[in-house]
Amino acid sequence: MDIYSRRILINRLGIGLSMIAMAFGLAALMWILWTLFSKGFAALSWDFFTQDTPAPGSEGGGLRNAIVGSSLIIGVTTLVSTPIGILAGIYLAEFGSTSKFAAATRFVTDIMLSAPSIVIGLFVYALMVATLGGFSGWAGSVALSLIAIPVVVRTTENMLRLVPSSLREAAFAIGAPRWRVSISITLRAVKAGVVTGVLLAIARVTGETAPLLFTALNNQFFSADMSQPMGNLPVVIFQFAMSPYDNWISLAWGGALLIALLVLSINIGARFMFRSKDKV
Amino acid sequence: MNEVDALVTEASSVESGYQMSVPAGGGQVDVHAAKIKVFKRQDWVFHKITLLFALIVLAGLFGILISLAIEAMPALRAFGFSFFSANVWSVPDDEFGARIAIYGTVVTSIIALLIAVPVSFGIALFLTETCPVWLRRPLGTAIELLAGVPSIIYGIWGLFIFAPLFAEYIQPPLQSTFGDLPIVGGLFSGPPIGVGILAAGIVLSLMVIPFIASVMRDVFETVPPVLKESAYGVGCTTWEVVWNIVLPYTRVGVIGGIMLGLGRALGETMAVTFVIGNANRITGSLFSPGNSIASVLANEFGEADPGLHFSSLFALGLVLFVITFVVLALSRWLIHRGTAKQGR
Amino acid sequence: MSHEDVHPAEDIALKIRNLDFYYGNFKGLNNVNLDIARHRVTAFIGPSGCGKSTLLRTFNRMYDLYPGQRAEGEILFNGKNLLDRKQDVNLVRAKIGMVFQKPTPFPMTIYENIAFGVRLYENLSGSEMNDRVEWALRKAALWDEVKSKLQQSGLSLSGGQQQRLCIARAVAVKPEIVLLDEPTSALDPISTAKVEELIDELKSEYTIAIVTHNMQQAARISDFTAFMYLGDLVEFGVTDQVFIKPEKKQTEDYITGRFG
Repeated sequence: MDIYSRRILINRLGIGLSMIAMAFGLAALMWILWTLFSKGFAALSWDFFTQDTPAPGSEGGGLRNAIVGSSLIIGVTTLVSTPIGILAGIYLAEFGSTSKFAAATRFVTDIMLSAPSIVIGLFVYALMVATLGGFSGWAGSVALSLIAIPVVVRTTENMLRLVPSSLREAAFAIGAPRWRVSISITLRAVKAGVVTGVLLAIARVTGETAPLLFTALNNQFFSADMSQPMGNLPVVIFQFAMSPYDNWISLAWGGALLIALLVLSINIGARFMFRSKDKV
Repeated sequence: MNEVDALVTEASSVESGYQMSVPAGGGQVDVHAAKIKVFKRQDWVFHKITLLFALIVLAGLFGILISLAIEAMPALRAFGFSFFSANVWSVPDDEFGARIAIYGTVVTSIIALLIAVPVSFGIALFLTETCPVWLRRPLGTAIELLAGVPSIIYGIWGLFIFAPLFAEYIQPPLQSTFGDLPIVGGLFSGPPIGVGILAAGIVLSLMVIPFIASVMRDVFETVPPVLKESAYGVGCTTWEVVWNIVLPYTRVGVIGGIMLGLGRALGETMAVTFVIGNANRITGSLFSPGNSIASVLANEFGEADPGLHFSSLFALGLVLFVITFVVLALSRWLIHRGTAKQGR
Repeated sequence: MSHEDVHPAEDIALKIRNLDFYYGNFKGLNNVNLDIARHRVTAFIGPSGCGKSTLLRTFNRMYDLYPGQRAEGEILFNGKNLLDRKQDVNLVRAKIGMVFQKPTPFPMTIYENIAFGVRLYENLSGSEMNDRVEWALRKAALWDEVKSKLQQSGLSLSGGQQQRLCIARAVAVKPEIVLLDEPTSALDPISTAKVEELIDELKSEYTIAIVTHNMQQAARISDFTAFMYLGDLVEFGVTDQVFIKPEKKQTEDYITGRFG
């Protein structure tokens, strides 16, 4: 075989393999989603949303307590992590270009973005559960906040750094103090991007299971008391899926579908939001 | 473009501004001067508040390290350095060592990378070079969205769908092909029951593919078009351009992306716990059930009584955190170096 | 008055003496001396990198935003040295407004774009503020075009309108001096003509310093012209003089297009 046809052959082979890789990736992921939908939809019913988790081995029941618990925990997480994340992000973007402290903070947030979430669960257990006398919804929110904050910090900082220096200069040029420039001009200019960051953070923590295992734990009864152990979707899914009861396993699929739909729609919503950022 | 614009865009933001100026002298009494003092105070408060929140973030990491270390102390004292090497994890005997869990964590992660790296490379190559333009965005978005699918979904799918099919259709042929070979044969010995180290590694690989593929695509896109065009210009094929130009140019960033995937794989809990089988032993076969650090924690922590078991779990957590910290720090450094290069 | 005063007959708004400027170790301006006359238009011309924008940015201490940049010498404004570290930068910037090369509307409504700066220093009632906004927009010859859509985003305007909005914003806080840094370089010819007309009207009340790449523009709108080259002020004088009978060879070469 001459050199030329050999090269063409290798090229065809390489390109072909890359297409197979793409097809393999998409197929695996489609397979996962398809199973999720077919198994999950079978479990959805009116009872699924209105009944609490059933006792082991019994029929019927739903995930109402877990859905409410997850919403509360995630709601508190959002309220805690949004201001902390945005303010820390502003610090890094506005004051943090030269200081070593800022460089260290930036480094730590980057690590925390991908740090094992189960370790964060351990930390919050030692910090709150062991010292304050028990598992609680609050502890679950703190653990999830530790995961959400780095996402908000980094998107806020990155967005603020995209603001053209001319806009910042223009704001300083009419004699505005630094905090007004930050809050009223630059932060406002990247509002859509920052909201996107918050949405991505919510999406990220919605499916997090590991940090809740040792913090919010679980509660088979309905409870809206954040100082008590609290039912939540991921832990219920974990517990039910590992169980020997068909009814529980079916509910686990339903819960998994619910979470996946939520996360995907938040992600898509965030993208949509970011694309329409030109509007004020 | 004049020199100011050039320098201004380069110069990053601000440190001087306000701290160097003190309240204006008394000479100028007008609407402006009255406000200046207020501004100064507000700016001071603003700086301190944002600083405080940045401090909270930084304190988080040290808090994790310190609290894990404190809780792990009793176990580390009792077992000493042998904690890291002891091939034992026995609750009844109160004997604990990290080797089984570290082995499971490392082996599943290596399997995951062996599958995920070539597939991700193929996906990134396809998305940047051969994909029709109109398909690039939807496919790229699909990959990014899949990176957001919660890992518990991968876990539950792995347990109920993948593992049974794997035991029936994949493990037997693997065993009959490789089982009799020397050296590697042992890796495929034992009953094909689906769940186990290999299954966990495969499910893990599906989970990290989207992460690695999107980082690779991003760094591939930093290659200056001129560079690729000049290679095409001397008659290179697409494969040759990618292999000889794009890959060497983005080497550092690509390795960073792989390390990021590795960091994720090492610390992943849910995708692994469902399918690894949860057995505290090392058999040498990839078919046999095992345990990873994260799966041990997920399974045992809730039921552990205070004492050595409890403390040993914290020690495992500390080991996991330190390993992933190092891997992620390395990945960050490499990705930064990789993307900084594009400016040159 | 010293011999350095170029036009002693005029009322002086800014007096620049022995001004040096540094970007880190690089010296951007060498010993610049000149006076900027009150209620006149002073234009700065010169090839790219000559230091004309740098000079303009010392007048409102915009360089303060960037570590490593510093100015030495004196810029006297109302008898005080602007470069004095004790001088408050906010105060300076409230008195010396600036308009940039590219339009920089704030991400808020047209009305708020004007009101934002005013509110920083003055407590006006609602109707007073409405009056001030209208006044500023009229000054910038923009009122008729935007009066029906004051609540729309400033970003919804065309480029030329955005730039006039920025001029209105600078004028609204009633500064003494307005600095214009190549204000028309990003605009089409019709918008450019409108902005030039505007500059001519504004000079009865404001002192204007403008940096421009466009020599015809400098000749059309300015009373005084400064030619700069490589950080030096080469020639400074009445605009007609500079363009018709430049004293220095370099100036003549530049304005006749032999280099630049």
